[in-house]
Amino acid sequence: MAEIQSFTMNFGPQHPAAHGVLRLILEMEGEVIQKADPHVGLLHRGTEKLAESKPYNQSIGYMDRLDYVSMMCNEHGYVLALEKLLGIKAPVRAQYIRVMFDEITRVLNHLMWLGAHGLDIGAMTVFLYCFREREDLMDCYEAVSGTRMHATYYRPGGVFRDLPETMPKYQASKWRSQKDVDRLNEIRSGSLLDFIDAFCTKFPGCVDQYETLLTDNRIWKQRTVNIAVVSPERALNLGFSGPMLRGSGVEWDLRKKQPYEVYDRMDFDIPVGVNGDCYDRYLVRVEEMRQSNRIIKQCVDWLRHNPGPVVLDDHKIVAPSRIEMKDDMESLIHHFKLFTEGYCVPAGEAYAAIEHPKGEFGVYVVSDGANKPYRVKVRAPGFSHLASMSEMVEGHMLADVVAVIGTQDIVFGEIDR
Amino acid sequence: MKTLIPDFVLKAWMSLWGMLPPLMQYLVETTFWILVVMISVILTVAFTTYFERKVIGYMQGRVGPNRVGPFGLGQPFADVIKLLIKEVIVPKKSSRFLFIIAPLLTLTPALATWAVIPLSDTFVIANIDAGLLYVLSLTSVGVYGVILAGWATNSKYAFLGAMRSAAQIVAYEIAMGFALVGVLMAGGSLNLGVIIEAQAGGVSQWFILPLLPLFFVYLISGVAETNRAPFDVAEGESEIVAGFHVEYSGVAFALFFLGEYANIILISALTSIFFLGGYLSPFEGWTFLGDNNLVSFLRDPSLGWLCAKICFFIFVFFWLRATFPRYRYDQIMRLGWKVFIPVTIVWIGVEAVMAYLRVGPWSGLATASLAG
Repeated sequence: MAEIQSFTMNFGPQHPAAHGVLRLILEMEGEVIQKADPHVGLLHRGTEKLAESKPYNQSIGYMDRLDYVSMMCNEHGYVLALEKLLGIKAPVRAQYIRVMFDEITRVLNHLMWLGAHGLDIGAMTVFLYCFREREDLMDCYEAVSGTRMHATYYRPGGVFRDLPETMPKYQASKWRSQKDVDRLNEIRSGSLLDFIDAFCTKFPGCVDQYETLLTDNRIWKQRTVNIAVVSPERALNLGFSGPMLRGSGVEWDLRKKQPYEVYDRMDFDIPVGVNGDCYDRYLVRVEEMRQSNRIIKQCVDWLRHNPGPVVLDDHKIVAPSRIEMKDDMESLIHHFKLFTEGYCVPAGEAYAAIEHPKGEFGVYVVSDGANKPYRVKVRAPGFSHLASMSEMVEGHMLADVVAVIGTQDIVFGEIDR
Repeated sequence: MKTLIPDFVLKAWMSLWGMLPPLMQYLVETTFWILVVMISVILTVAFTTYFERKVIGYMQGRVGPNRVGPFGLGQPFADVIKLLIKEVIVPKKSSRFLFIIAPLLTLTPALATWAVIPLSDTFVIANIDAGLLYVLSLTSVGVYGVILAGWATNSKYAFLGAMRSAAQIVAYEIAMGFALVGVLMAGGSLNLGVIIEAQAGGVSQWFILPLLPLFFVYLISGVAETNRAPFDVAEGESEIVAGFHVEYSGVAFALFFLGEYANIILISALTSIFFLGGYLSPFEGWTFLGDNNLVSFLRDPSLGWLCAKICFFIFVFFWLRATFPRYRYDQIMRLGWKVFIPVTIVWIGVEAVMAYLRVGPWSGLATASLAG
């Protein structure tokens, strides 16, 4: 009898569950996976190298495009590293704004993850429910930065501008009646903070809604419980961070363990899993959405009562306002210098890490004293998660590969960089 | 009609008709009815896709198609035209003959089964006594289309889809067959018309009550048979891309699509016939409602009731799709072999014993052979 050989299958890069451009070479015995070999590099855009060739501030926009579902958090890592090198600290109001938008971004990311994870496992409706709420949060991005995705809102020394008093609004069209538009705009009639406040009030109910579709669903549990179990020790050895690590039961969260910005003033809990399977990671992330909502609420309350500057008044680093620039010679010079040469950063190196929705997102910047970084290295959490792919799917079936890709919350922008 | 058609035309027609030999008359008449049923089924399929998109759309907080024609009602036709003018790509290394024959094999049985389905108390294309066997055999043929498509495509994704489908259908055909054995025992005949008549006498006489477990097994197996969510592993959009029809495009794909929806309608029709009394009215025998035209219309058996029941089951299909995640392939097998088949076997036993002893709701079942 001829020897039965295992079946090699090419999963991706054009595959509906590949989350972008993942390519897996699967070795299978029938439907059972023997080995999975992830290939990376299909979305490599050379972000780190590009950053070496332009002034510091011009790279902030590139950071948005790393993990393109949690944009502002990427900026935060980079900006924090620069601030460390420059030896400056943003004003308190800016820190609150950053924390608020970090958490909004976390909710954005987790909604995207929940929707995609659900869709991968076949629960189509969750995806659309999640996108309904994502739409509202995108509006917050739009209100504050003018774009809905790649915000470029954080700056060394603060944020680009203070929170606006008005929200972008819907307009009636052939397909959307004035009545619908009025209903949609009702929540958008006040300031951004009013809008976020209203969102915080309704959001826990939305999470309950997602949970009714999944948490106690027998099929969902059959598909996720005991799939891709990672022990706490193994999770640490594999370099996991974020919800992947907490899902295995390790209580590690940079927001609590190495608080940056104003996280030490926030009241929130860190959920941890017990079994380290896909279901636990699902529960952890869903609970994180609820906790993020709590943090956003606290930030909104503080920001309402504490006006103040949102960016440093140091015109060697932060551009002067438009009005100042028109009136004042000195400001005009600063403006010109900042927008042509940029600012020089003292020689040295700095590593700043934040609790990104996916894990520890770190940026390591080396400066030789010029207006451009000598080297930028991004530590993307997804990379080490993806590296464990083979270990996590071994012995599972083809359908579980999709569940594992979902549970790892992979976004190729940050893995390939 | 008579007022619309001039008298002499009618007369000429009648004399022409009379000149045809009886066999010819039979053939012409049957062909005419076949065409009527087929065209209505195909049109229903077209609007089922629209119905699905609207229903799921509203369940998911969107509006569904609303651009082509009023309320988007032109959407099915736009889709058909799009699919018709697209190129059918036959992969180089595929088995060309099987690749092209496969979609036809899926669609044909789904349409042919309608021949024995009594659409109203007076109309059925072929009133044959082995109707139930005919239905069972044709639905089993349908799966060859899927398997052949997966094999002929010569792609690993399609191959996996075909393998999954083959295994799944074997498991669920058995469960379905056993569930129908229960219906057969209750109805006392293989003729679908007789099975429906056995349920006459109002809702309490419908087989759904004495055969409740079999009803659920049949309905769920039906969902599995049609490869619909949550049992769509053969298609497994997020795992094996599109499974058996991954390489199909244009008209060939349209045929698969048509076959899938024709099967949904068929399974809905069969479920209504076997368990909900087909064209019978739920208000049958409600004489206390009075006797005006509307009431008697509602009370009489009619095609309308069959359509209403079919629509309800189609809605259930879509509802399931919007609610549930997809089963994994081995979990489907477990459900089929370890839950459904034992349930049906046990219930057939229960039914036989109860009917023989004439207890409870089973006493009324037509079990002439047992009692005799």
